[in-house]
Amino acid sequence: MQPEAANPVIEFREVSYRVAGTQVLSGFNLKVQSGETLVLLGRSGSGKTTSLKLVNRLLSPTSGEIRVKGVPNAEADLIRLRRSIGYVIQDVGLFPHFTIERNIGLVPKIEGWPANRIGARVQELLQMIGLAPELASRYPHQLSGGQRQRVGVARALAADPEILLMDEPFGALDPLTRDELQREFLLLQQRLHKTVVFVTHDLREALRLGSRIALMEAGQLVTVLAPPDFLRSTDPLASAYVRAFGEGLESAANRGTS
Amino acid sequence: MNVFRFMLHNQHQVLQLTLEHLRLVGFSTLFAMLIGIPLGIGIAHRPRFNKPVLATANIIQTIPSLALFGFLLPVPWLGARADRLAILALTLYALLPIIRNTYTGIRGVDASVVEAGRGMGLTESQLLFQVELPLAVSVILSGVRVAVVISVGLATIAAAIGAGGLGEFIFRGLAMVDDRVILAGAIPAALLALLADFGVGWLERRLQPR
Repeated sequence: MQPEAANPVIEFREVSYRVAGTQVLSGFNLKVQSGETLVLLGRSGSGKTTSLKLVNRLLSPTSGEIRVKGVPNAEADLIRLRRSIGYVIQDVGLFPHFTIERNIGLVPKIEGWPANRIGARVQELLQMIGLAPELASRYPHQLSGGQRQRVGVARALAADPEILLMDEPFGALDPLTRDELQREFLLLQQRLHKTVVFVTHDLREALRLGSRIALMEAGQLVTVLAPPDFLRSTDPLASAYVRAFGEGLESAANRGTS
Repeated sequence: MNVFRFMLHNQHQVLQLTLEHLRLVGFSTLFAMLIGIPLGIGIAHRPRFNKPVLATANIIQTIPSLALFGFLLPVPWLGARADRLAILALTLYALLPIIRNTYTGIRGVDASVVEAGRGMGLTESQLLFQVELPLAVSVILSGVRVAVVISVGLATIAAAIGAGGLGEFIFRGLAMVDDRVILAGAIPAALLALLADFGVGWLERRLQPR
């Protein structure tokens, strides 16, 4: 666990977000420490995605503030802020008219990197995510779902951001591909030590990938626990998650013995 | 075959009127694109303006063309030259398909692609020129294609106010009750429409994103 004294990379201070009369987030306080993978776990509508979008200012809070590396993000230059934060979403959102190479190299390109450095970086990233170099000249529709999401991750990492925001990145993949990508994510994170905020509604994924799990419900933070503590938690909601998770396995096992 | 003999005999005039016709259609389409594409982009980004803008373009479309030419005639600077007037009227008619298709094309770009681009830190203009417009270009061009084909037909009516073009032959032929003269205007106009349809269609396919 990170020492409390360390400066958080991302900090939510009393953040509320209201839209069209709905309180999506209220009184939200959370600190994300450097190099950890903080998982936001909760059901749909609990405010996970909203929290994530508040960090790179795709949304702005109704009240409260979000600090990124100690600076209120509302005061930061919007474009600089976003380019310093990698963003991966469930639908990937690759540019369909760009090759894989151009997709991955887009941020470096608009940041004015020389072409040979971009090319080298793209090859490095393709290798890092386990894709063959010749895929660089393909278009997104020529790739499988798992390959596309790998490219999505590579694109987010292209300009080497310190922070990575991931919004159910593996949610749309089949279980085996998801398992592969989760394993690769862990290996990657061991090497890169990015500060990651990871949104999911899947407890299994949260337990596997998270250094800490922030449990959310109805726009509020319920509790923040390390995975082993989460499993032992007496918090009613946390234990409900654990129970629901266990029941699936148990009932399948029981059916197998009858 | 009388028609073709007549056209051959008057080839200089056929050519001249065709060029005039092209000029009317070319300028009006150009102006309509210069106005319509930015407007379409604007209402795609600010949806609350989409109803009033599209409704206005729609209403313009319902004004009978001969009446519109007539309405514009007393306007000071414009009314002084029939071709200016014709170009303005044709521009107004060409707006609707261009605005609507630009709007549809931009709105049709996958929301996740736009969100990813914005989240990565593309500026709004980078998002527009590198993502939205390239992905919408074939839809926008199919609007331009409709506009051009409509304009080629409508421009024949511009001859009624003395703006020239292939309509000259048509109106003259009507007055003279001479089919050859009518067809000498109608056939080149039809060919122009087909050619424009084909040309913009080709461009549309060339620029189609994968």
